[in-house]
Amino acid sequence: MRNLSLSTLGPLAALILLVVLGAFLNANFLSAGNITNVLARSAFIGMIAVGMTFVITSGGLDLSVGSMAAFIAGMMILAMNAMLPTLGIGVPLVLAGMAVALGVGLLAGLANGLLITRAGIEPFIVTLGTMGIFRSLVTWIADGGTLSLDFEARQFYRPVYYGGIFGITWPILVFAVVAVLGELAMRHTRFGRYCEAIGSNDRVARYSAVKVERVQLMTYVALGVLVGLATILYVPRLGSASGSTGLLWELEAIAAVIIGGTALKGGYGRVWGTVVGVLILSLIDNILNLADLVSPYLNGAIQGVIIVLAVVLQRGKSSAEGR
Amino acid sequence: MTPALALQDVHKSFGPIEVLHGIDFALRPGEVHALIGENGAGKSTIMKILGGFLAPTSGQVLLDGQPAPYRSGAEAEAAGVVVIHQEFNLAPDLSVAQNVFLGREPGRFLLDHRAMRRETQALLDQLDCRVSPDARIRDLAVSDRQMVEIAKALGRKARVLIMDEPSAVLTHREVEVLFRQIDRLRASGVALLYTSHRLDEVRHLADRITVLRDGAVVRQALRGELTEDGMATAMVGRDLKDIFPPRRDSFGPVVLEVQGFSVPPVVRDVSFTLRRGEVLGISGLVGSGRTELAEGLVGLRSHHGSLRREGQSITLHSAADAAVRGLAYLTEDRKELGLLLDKSLRENLTLSTLGRFGRLMISRPAEETALTRAIEDFDIRAPRRDMAVGNLSGGNQQKLLLAKTMLPDPQIVIIDEPTRGIDIGTKSQIYHFIDRLARDGLSVIVISSDMPEILGLSDRVLVMRQGRVAGELQGAAITETAVVRLVMGTTEEATADA
Repeated sequence: MRNLSLSTLGPLAALILLVVLGAFLNANFLSAGNITNVLARSAFIGMIAVGMTFVITSGGLDLSVGSMAAFIAGMMILAMNAMLPTLGIGVPLVLAGMAVALGVGLLAGLANGLLITRAGIEPFIVTLGTMGIFRSLVTWIADGGTLSLDFEARQFYRPVYYGGIFGITWPILVFAVVAVLGELAMRHTRFGRYCEAIGSNDRVARYSAVKVERVQLMTYVALGVLVGLATILYVPRLGSASGSTGLLWELEAIAAVIIGGTALKGGYGRVWGTVVGVLILSLIDNILNLADLVSPYLNGAIQGVIIVLAVVLQRGKSSAEGR
Repeated sequence: MTPALALQDVHKSFGPIEVLHGIDFALRPGEVHALIGENGAGKSTIMKILGGFLAPTSGQVLLDGQPAPYRSGAEAEAAGVVVIHQEFNLAPDLSVAQNVFLGREPGRFLLDHRAMRRETQALLDQLDCRVSPDARIRDLAVSDRQMVEIAKALGRKARVLIMDEPSAVLTHREVEVLFRQIDRLRASGVALLYTSHRLDEVRHLADRITVLRDGAVVRQALRGELTEDGMATAMVGRDLKDIFPPRRDSFGPVVLEVQGFSVPPVVRDVSFTLRRGEVLGISGLVGSGRTELAEGLVGLRSHHGSLRREGQSITLHSAADAAVRGLAYLTEDRKELGLLLDKSLRENLTLSTLGRFGRLMISRPAEETALTRAIEDFDIRAPRRDMAVGNLSGGNQQKLLLAKTMLPDPQIVIIDEPTRGIDIGTKSQIYHFIDRLARDGLSVIVISSDMPEILGLSDRVLVMRQGRVAGELQGAAITETAVVRLVMGTTEEATADA
């Protein structure tokens, strides 16, 4: 068993503290409606952050995910509008739209991954570039405005965000499945082990017959697909996409990963920590909106403090292990 | 004469465990004092206390007979006590001059580049080192980096110089240069502490020898009082008769045939064969292409030429390809290329063979079983199974790396510097592991800068010089003189055909 130290349990303790604080400040906080609201909002960033955990663990970084989400949403809406006359309103149309979203996500991830592993350009540079490209493309296609899904198609698609089973909405369910599969993949599969090994020291991994480039490429492709999945669940919420869709999602996702205890320099990944990190970020937002204690405008400041604090705790841990 | 730096009844505990039990130890000006002992005997702790990196639990550090005024490595340096660590303390992207003056740059607001360069040049000249002050550390050979470290220490007016295994990364010739520098430093009145696992060096160099065992001084001797055997016996606490296993005498058919093999830009046109059950030693200077050849042979570097495995022509593009063909390579750089220092023993052991430990999900119990076997087979001594590998001693790291390399059951193993920085007891163990592998029908290539190791282990020796095979020696022809001649390229005509 791993030692359960302050840094391991820190994020979890912070989460529990926030829940207690929220319940104390507002009676509605623990209502089913509010909890569903918080979880559903966490789901999009959450799925992306799970993918980001693998990218960061293997020593990479992806700044393009927010723009990628906007791009995928735009492509998906255009495709569905275009297919509407032939397919008509119905399940086939929605499935076709989903396939487009996953496909575009996969290709976008592949583009990032190939530029990083084949051309050997640093992840920061590549994804800084594609971040600009994806967002600019959406803005251009929308001609600076909004791309809207056909009204009737939107009505039909809506339940994918608002509906669910047993009172749990689809985004929450899908996020839960992604989180569980992610945790399993990180802890118990070769892929997860290789990610940690590469992030820890990619040269050792190469000398140990690990196909370093292929694993790195797979992390970006998986992240692209997860961004596609998140977009599938996000589009029915508003039914539109614009140049400001998914703005700053990349930073929220990276922040969640770091708060969760994954090392930014790679080598050590914790998917359940990322899930806790995402929940912490949305809870802060939620509590500030519900309680009058602090202005919601300070949300960013509080999140910033938490991110820095999380890293300080991590550092305390690594120096203790260094002895 | 008052010692320049001394320890008086120094005890040191980490938590409840006392690792040094009352050490008395003195470094005198103009004297080389060798500190020897097995890994874990307490050498590094003593060096850290002398250098100000650790404070003793009880007892005193005396500088010129007075309690030492420093509390950190930086303060110790300012007081003239400089440690040259095994892992050099140089900024790889800065120039030689910038490193030599790091932290004490001349000039007020703007750096006085000219003065830095001039003084660095003077220091390098004094050391007979032909490196340019403007060269980047990254571009320098290991031996030159060491000279820069020494220049840096001299630039800080070092009166006490503590050298942690300076020769471990150097070749024969480079060690000779180092010895000349040490002689010069000794003559100029510097007090030197020298540690090494190479006992011939200690005998040759040291005016005074202190032998440590299990955190206590077991023997102190003056020059000439201890033979190498005597030192080894004192270190280990028992007679070390058979450091090397007896020679093997029966070999199987050729399992690997290398023909016209080149690894650009270093290795050119190398040909040799390897038989079943044989240990082939590869000797040569650092930079002669030994490691590049090995890395080419296992697909880690791009190469051309013909490789025949049991008569069948093969091509290798990666370490994974090599593993499929039964080839494995154990790197000389276990900390940077061999092991994940921040990961546990289990994760390191199974990294290259994870496919065997479950299809979709890795089976933790199967991994643990493999680790238990490896710990037994290779006598790995780890205080805790789940500890980070970086906290193991060098010897145990090497044994773990050996276990990791052997886990895929290769038929041909290339071991690059099998015992670098490892104590004599563990060395002997590793030699016997290698012998056992050969007797079990594997073929082993041992690359080494350690002459006794090449002579004591090899059934056949291949000597490389400047990327080519300078010669091959077999059986009784394997003598130190013959190998050195080939390594250095002296009387080339006479020995190349021998």
